[in-house]
Amino acid sequence: MTVLLFTLLVWLVSVVVGFLGALTGLGGGTLIVPLLTLVFGVNIHYAMGASLISVIATSSGAAAAFLREGYTNLRLAMFLQVATTVGAIVGAFLVTLVSTAFIGVVFGLMLLYSAYLSGRLPPEVATTGPPDKYAERFNLNGVYPAAGGQQPYQVQHVPAGFAVMFGAGVVSSLLGIGSGALKVLGMDRIMRIPFKVSTTTSNFMIGVTAAAGAGAYLKLGYIEPTVTMPVMLGVLLGSMLGAKVLVRAEARTLRIVFAVLLALTGIEMIYKAVTGKV
Amino acid sequence: MIVQDSEKLTGKPQEQIIGMLLRAGVVLAAIVVLAGGLLYLMQHGSEHPNYQQFHGAPDTLNSVRGVLQDTAALHNEGIIQLGLLLLVLTPIARVALSAVSFALEGDRMYVVITLIVLAVLLVSLFGIR
Repeated sequence: MTVLLFTLLVWLVSVVVGFLGALTGLGGGTLIVPLLTLVFGVNIHYAMGASLISVIATSSGAAAAFLREGYTNLRLAMFLQVATTVGAIVGAFLVTLVSTAFIGVVFGLMLLYSAYLSGRLPPEVATTGPPDKYAERFNLNGVYPAAGGQQPYQVQHVPAGFAVMFGAGVVSSLLGIGSGALKVLGMDRIMRIPFKVSTTTSNFMIGVTAAAGAGAYLKLGYIEPTVTMPVMLGVLLGSMLGAKVLVRAEARTLRIVFAVLLALTGIEMIYKAVTGKV
Repeated sequence: MIVQDSEKLTGKPQEQIIGMLLRAGVVLAAIVVLAGGLLYLMQHGSEHPNYQQFHGAPDTLNSVRGVLQDTAALHNEGIIQLGLLLLVLTPIARVALSAVSFALEGDRMYVVITLIVLAVLLVSLFGIR
């Protein structure tokens, strides 16, 4: 395969992945690494570098649109980013210590978990519960625009959520992904933040977390410009197109197809890692 | 101006400006990457790449200073890497602008929290080798 053909094919695949990611709201970034390694035979470290950069592209590209709608909780994002960015640096240190097989297996598990998450729709529940003292101390509670006017919400279980966010940061740099799945776990299920707030807030956090990892990746030599170029340009274009198509469609069938795709890729990734082919 | 709820920043003019700057940063980064990429393809398009083995990106492309020097020398890969660096800088710029935003509101606690995040980001990008 010549450089030209490689670049064009990787670009095309990245457009599709970015498009699907934006359309399903699941972030297609998780598929970049398996595609580059399993289909194009790219070394997993270069694949991780290209993937992490593409995560920043989609996050910053979407952020401008999200900000206008008034869902993003900037204080919550900033508070949790202390955990995710420090986690990202720890992850970038860990990644130099573990084998590529280990990375492959963890990656596969992450794909399976993402598949499980995307197969089910998130609950849209108003949160009630005893006020969390840290949420009040750090002014994390907020309101968001809903059908009946401004809807207030109270953030729950702040220490546990903070810990999960640290883990999300570690995983982000360990695998070269945005680890949106873990951020959703922390914000939706543990901190009980309304879905629309957690999605947009997590989108902002993913970009900042990835930027922390990218600095470390650059020094490790993981960011190979010639591999990253078509991935970054493709994912950016694809996600912009996807955001245009996505009006308010649930895209339920698409979510299920995507979930199956994630699961199969996860199994393949684990198999290849265990048999020493990653 | 009196601000009552904790969603002070969203929807305000400064957030709109931040959003526009973010988008401009992404577009600029994409243009630079595309320019470097096209130059690279014109010169090396018919070669056969090998990305199977990990050697690490060339040393000149592994630091901010190296990338800037390589770009100044008009090396294609340096130009691509400069575009990628610009992209990495967009969320960092957003964090920096958020610090200003919190300062304008007089929220000292969040100025400190934001500066901690900014410090971690800058150490990661420029810091210790």
